[in-house]
Amino acid sequence: MNTQEKYSLAEMVIAHALKNGAQQVSVSITESRNNDVEIRNQQVDRLTESNRNSLTVDLYVDKKFSSHSTNRMKKDELLKFVEEAIVATRYLAEDEFRLLPDPERYYKGGSPVPDTFDQSVATMETRIRIDLARAVMDEAFNRDERIISVSAGYSDSVSNSVMVTSNGFKGDTARSGISLSASVSVKTDQGRPSDYWYESAIFFDKLKKKGIGEKALERTLRKIGPRKISSGKYPMVLENRVAANLLSPLYSALSGYSIYQKQSFLADKKDQKIASDILTIYDDPHLPSGPGSRNFDGEGLALAKRAVIEKGILKNYYIDTYYGRKLGMEPTSGSSTNVVFTLGSKDMESLVKSMKKGIFVTGFNGGNCNGSTGDFSYGIEGYLVENGSIVHPVNEMNISGNMKQFWMNLAEAGNDIIEGSSFRVPSLMIDQVDFSGI
Amino acid sequence: MQYKRRDFLKISGITAAGTIAMPSLLQSCKGLTLSGSLSDYFDHFEVTPALLKKVISTALSKGGDYADLYFEHTLSNNSVLMDGKVNQAQSNVAYGVGIRVLKGDQTGYAFTEIISPEAMLNAAGTAASIADDAGSNFAGDMNELLTPNLYPVTRSWEDTSIKDKIPFLERANEKIFALDKKVTKVTASIGDTSSYILFYNSEGVLACDYRPLVYLSVNCVMEQNGRIENFSVSSSARKGSEFLTDELVDRLAKEAVEKANRQFLAGKPKAGEMEVVMSPGESGILLHEAIGHAFEADFNRKNTSIFSDKLNKKIAEDFITIVDDGTLPSDRGALNFDDEGIPTENTVIVNKGILSSYLHDRISASYYKVRPTGNGRRQSFRFMPVPRMRSTRMENGPHKAEEIIASVKKGIYVDSFSNGQVNIGPGDFTFFVKAGYLIENGKLTMPIKDINIIGNGPQALADITMAADDAKLADGTWTCGKAGQSVPVTMGLPTVKIKKLVVGGINA
Repeated sequence: MNTQEKYSLAEMVIAHALKNGAQQVSVSITESRNNDVEIRNQQVDRLTESNRNSLTVDLYVDKKFSSHSTNRMKKDELLKFVEEAIVATRYLAEDEFRLLPDPERYYKGGSPVPDTFDQSVATMETRIRIDLARAVMDEAFNRDERIISVSAGYSDSVSNSVMVTSNGFKGDTARSGISLSASVSVKTDQGRPSDYWYESAIFFDKLKKKGIGEKALERTLRKIGPRKISSGKYPMVLENRVAANLLSPLYSALSGYSIYQKQSFLADKKDQKIASDILTIYDDPHLPSGPGSRNFDGEGLALAKRAVIEKGILKNYYIDTYYGRKLGMEPTSGSSTNVVFTLGSKDMESLVKSMKKGIFVTGFNGGNCNGSTGDFSYGIEGYLVENGSIVHPVNEMNISGNMKQFWMNLAEAGNDIIEGSSFRVPSLMIDQVDFSGI
Repeated sequence: MQYKRRDFLKISGITAAGTIAMPSLLQSCKGLTLSGSLSDYFDHFEVTPALLKKVISTALSKGGDYADLYFEHTLSNNSVLMDGKVNQAQSNVAYGVGIRVLKGDQTGYAFTEIISPEAMLNAAGTAASIADDAGSNFAGDMNELLTPNLYPVTRSWEDTSIKDKIPFLERANEKIFALDKKVTKVTASIGDTSSYILFYNSEGVLACDYRPLVYLSVNCVMEQNGRIENFSVSSSARKGSEFLTDELVDRLAKEAVEKANRQFLAGKPKAGEMEVVMSPGESGILLHEAIGHAFEADFNRKNTSIFSDKLNKKIAEDFITIVDDGTLPSDRGALNFDDEGIPTENTVIVNKGILSSYLHDRISASYYKVRPTGNGRRQSFRFMPVPRMRSTRMENGPHKAEEIIASVKKGIYVDSFSNGQVNIGPGDFTFFVKAGYLIENGKLTMPIKDINIIGNGPQALADITMAADDAKLADGTWTCGKAGQSVPVTMGLPTVKIKKLVVGGINA
């Protein structure tokens, strides 16, 4: 289906739903294609192609709400699908807060279309995919006698979506993505350490294609010979690539859903200090070539750059239309776009160098955070640092604490973000983290 | 029974009114005559035996060793009570066929969501390209695989209206609020799924299956003096709507309230290594993370598992026997046959302390020259199968639970979990403890909560020094993720003691 055909189908579904008793309807249709190549020890291990489509219809029937999706796109089936869904919706309880957004808040055009699609990804050939993955493989394969397995992966995807609502929103988006990755395992007398590296981009030309296999190997080799160390409070440098893992509980706590359902440790904290002065985060939907850039969100709401946290003060939650009504708050948007940190001056290496005795955390292993209280505990992978130098890898360690205190202890933000990610988080240094070891 | 395809093919995930006369298929295709049940599935997916053979021939046209077709039609519903009312529902329909070609241990995979001859032949051509050779011979055999039906249903989900589910959600809400004045929020949800599967491969295996799955989950939030605590509990099975009973709702409501209440008394242990006693039941997460994944034969075939050179070696005390079972009636992890047409079995993976078998799919079984164990599973037709667990549990040991707890001077007792993870190569695994207790001088004392535990798989298994005679299977809604695919599993354990694990906590 091209974009026009998707619009026509969406409008047909809306008209049919309105005719059958719905007062409001929202329909989105997405088509996507994804191709993966995996090469292991120089042999193509997997070639996969997937073509998906889906239609989702949100129904607002006599103040009752339900949402339905299907990948069956035949028109006669869709009509019956909608009819049955409307009958079913009537059995639910009324919910006065369930309404489509105020049309005033919809994006109405005018901004440049975000730069999120590369046609050359849409027409990629399998031979090129395999060649790119092979080049990644060659950087690591046979480069060390301890290697037992090297995998190199290539992945690309394109997706096209339209969204139409019965009260006047129409919008479409096109996205592409491409990534290269490598994973290396080595055999030692103490287990089989492995690590990986990857690069990703929206545009084929912007994808870093060199150094991935080399970096995966280097990261794996430095993991050899881990030792357990004593429990204690240490400063921590958190590698940029995994820093978003600890930001995600903070982000969960910012959602209207969490606040209303008492699952947020940041409820009633707006305009209050929740983190150290170092922490400033903006949500920027218009960042040029940003992986999260968009003019409207999943409800059709127009987006604007907003401060989320400014010098440690909580400025804005992520509030969708439904929870905005329930909480009596202005809807901002329920989802993040590009999460942009205000950067510091040092890179990761300099941050590590500045630690007298601390832990450099490069990965996580399980763990969780209690959203209501902010209590967290995560398994980590990383290195003991003494006098600014890495001494050895550590194993079997957890970090535990409370998110409120944790972000207050943020001591320094780095200047190094990950380009391919919508979470533009640099390496971070946090003081006084509770590590558990032996 | 005769019926028309139009009635047969449910196109909506959600059942509005219920009481629609449904075809016998819903009682499972098993037990019907071969022509009857299979022809229903052929009609359902609008295919013929001749077309299946043609697609397999195309899949093998470039020299593949093996090919299979996995047709799936899945209808899912989710009904949610929030803020006192069942005021939201979601449904989903997924329909398509996955086509896989193997050449040695290489895989070509493609799927189509449009089951037409052109689309299928096109996808078969894409999958075929993993091989680059002259075409393989395909005999075109077709033999139905018959297995016992592990999950007969009394009333199918497609025959169950949303209005029949609402009273159970409302009951959960009322019960939880009635049990404790501190309760401020209740969320309850029912998720039900019905999957039709038709499978055919180049060895001539033809099989069909109807797979029901349901969970009921409740979450209770309590507040006291400005402190908020919450707790979730759930139950899941491969059953129809006979699964929903007042007794089940009452049991979950009671457990959620009791456990949320206990959290108000809970603190954090001191960080460090200590003895850990695991309660019977969902503590089976230990097996799943510490050894289960590392036993999945794809990791071992690739040499990347810490257990890669441990087959037939002693890895645990003599009293430890661990199985991965796909044959438990109505169990969330049960399958009549796995997702590559192999009947499931009860696979003994640790036999009296010896590593006796990995968990195999077709690729790894062929690599190791053993029979597949029925562990080839996939999330849906959109994914290729890989070795996965089903229901992983430890058999009874020689000790008593009381004697195990009494033997610990300083440690913790853990009984509720939310998630876990493992790094296969180094073998470091974790699980997150929602609730437990300190053990001081052989007695359970202060409750603890929200801490991560980390250990090393082979070491932890060797460090299980006691196991009780109270083995229990957990019925929680456990979903296992691997390689981007989620599959339902269960787990079980008797009370066991592990000599030492690293427990997250505070440093004084």
